[in-house]
Amino acid sequence: MISSATRARIDAEIAKYPVKRGALLPALHHVHAELGYVSHESAAAIADIFDLRPVEVMEVVSFYNMFFDTPQPRHHVRVCTNLPCSLRGARTLLAQIESHLGIEAGQASSDGRIGLGHEECLGACAYAPMMRVNDRYHEDLDVEKAKRILDSLE
Amino acid sequence: MLRVPHVTNYLSEHFADDAFGTLAGYERYGGYKAARQAITGMAPSEVVALVKESGLQGRGGAGFLAGLKWSFMPAETDKPKYLVCNADESEPGSFKDRILLERAPHLLLEGILIGAWATGASKTFLYIRGEYAFPAAQLERAIAEAYDKGYLGKRVMRSGFSHDVVLHRGAGAYICGEETGLLESLEGKKGQPRKKPPFPAQYGAFGMPSTVNNVETFCHVPHIVAKGSDWFRAFGTEKSPGTTIFGVSGHAVRLGLYELPLGTPLEEIVYRHAGGVPEGRRVKGVIPGGVSMPILPADQLDVPMANEFLRERKTMLGTGGIMVMDDTTCMVRAACVITYFFRDESCGQCTQCREGTGWLNKIVNRIERGAGVPEDLDVLIDVAGKMEGQTICAFADAAAWPVQGLLRHFRADFEQHVHERKCPFPESFQL
Ligand SMILES: Cc1cc2nc3c(=O)[nH]c(=O)nc-3n(C[C@H](O)[C@H](O)[C@H](O)COP(=O)(O)O)c2cc1C
Ligand code: SF4
Ligand code: FES
Repeated sequence: MISSATRARIDAEIAKYPVKRGALLPALHHVHAELGYVSHESAAAIADIFDLRPVEVMEVVSFYNMFFDTPQPRHHVRVCTNLPCSLRGARTLLAQIESHLGIEAGQASSDGRIGLGHEECLGACAYAPMMRVNDRYHEDLDVEKAKRILDSLE
Repeated sequence: MLRVPHVTNYLSEHFADDAFGTLAGYERYGGYKAARQAITGMAPSEVVALVKESGLQGRGGAGFLAGLKWSFMPAETDKPKYLVCNADESEPGSFKDRILLERAPHLLLEGILIGAWATGASKTFLYIRGEYAFPAAQLERAIAEAYDKGYLGKRVMRSGFSHDVVLHRGAGAYICGEETGLLESLEGKKGQPRKKPPFPAQYGAFGMPSTVNNVETFCHVPHIVAKGSDWFRAFGTEKSPGTTIFGVSGHAVRLGLYELPLGTPLEEIVYRHAGGVPEGRRVKGVIPGGVSMPILPADQLDVPMANEFLRERKTMLGTGGIMVMDDTTCMVRAACVITYFFRDESCGQCTQCREGTGWLNKIVNRIERGAGVPEDLDVLIDVAGKMEGQTICAFADAAAWPVQGLLRHFRADFEQHVHERKCPFPESFQL
């Protein structure tokens, strides 16, 4: 399912590229902004717009970490665990967050509020440990600061 | 927004002024004069020649000469030509492009305009990693300002030259930083690198002649055009001119960014600028340029940070992301983190890479657990050696080098794990 507003945004993206398919990633971003994931119906609609088969759309979706083919929790919380962050206690922080939320990395809270995971370097290495909550970076974290941020998520 | 570098130079000197990120503020500091000078007063070939003379090396990791790359673009062709700006910055330990995107979007756009004029490109695709939402918003605003002012679009600065910039967001995949993986991703496909040749100058974005450059590479260009190649060559070394923005992370005291001339000794950055490691600790090793670049032990930090010197130590400048590790650090754990990353991010097209990254990770994990055997060290070297120079892209080399570096300088750490059947560094960072 794609709303007419999203459809209009996708058409505007297509106009920027010499080949229609260039706008596929932007289109999938718009679908995620609206729905949070790519459903069967949206894959079919996207496939139709781009003259692809739905399976070709889903292949692209599955290649990228920021695209999903199942409904997602309201908030994506991702703790960076690459080397610079790990050197500054990122994995200890992740374990503390896991016990605070009562879930493990890779799981979502039962109320569908938070999906927790770890992530590779996010370009904030000097301000470690850090996490991403959806589109926002939270840097220079300690466990208390992280808990406050997580508890304030709706 | 990233904090202003602790040490600034020509790229970053106005970063403390938020207005520098706006078109009006940027112009108050003389912005867009170089682009005007190039587009209205220089032939494209003159700009290419100037950038060649400057000796500017690409800042995306490989250090290829920017002017030379620009000269590969076919002059006589009916096809549209494209420029691609690589803002995928995902080499672990790197965050210098982020500050340029956040605080100097117009410097980047001016560099792109000059590059476009020089190469005859009609469009630039600016590929930014998906996680950089805030930098992307800054760019989007800057691009809109530039269109409003007539610096982008039809008849740039009332000349006969037209240019469009398309901001394209990635969606989370390290391999899309490799330039042909990036091109595939830009075309709406999986970001699997292409076999080369053909190189992008012949067959690039959407099959058209294209030039791919890193964000920082473009940012040096307006300065070179405005002040000349001799001015530029006064910074850095003879072979590696100019400054770069080093990022310091890990155990150092003053973490952050430092804009310094290439060739600055690593020890000067680590000890004098970044304050060394906290009282009571000693430096054990330093990764000089992002996790792909082999580590250097504490007694080799006298090396000047330029490729011609780093190569003698079997490492490279990479992205200038400097990771400092103190004497609590278990180098086998470091290997576990690094090899996990490469195992996870391999695009899987080449057997050596797909299998090799998995093997490296499995073996170092086993050693860390205390379950390694003495032969494992030779197997690591053997597997890493077979991954080098055999694959579609340099990712497999980038995965092999750090393991080779760790074994070259910290073999004792690995042997101790095997011998004691446990990790002998209880104070090391947690896995
Ligand atoms: C695995 C891999 C990842 C890369 N990631 C990046 C990146 O994130 N940003 C970048 O500018 N270059 C990256 N590169 C280098 C690009 O392929 C390319 O050389 C560079 O963008 C060219 O720009 P330059 O000549 O201005 O440095 C990567 C290379 C490899 C092999
Ligand atoms: S070397 Fe690795 S990342 Fe590069 S193309 Fe081959 S499998 Fe993919
Ligand atoms: S390692 Fe965590 S942001 Fe770079």
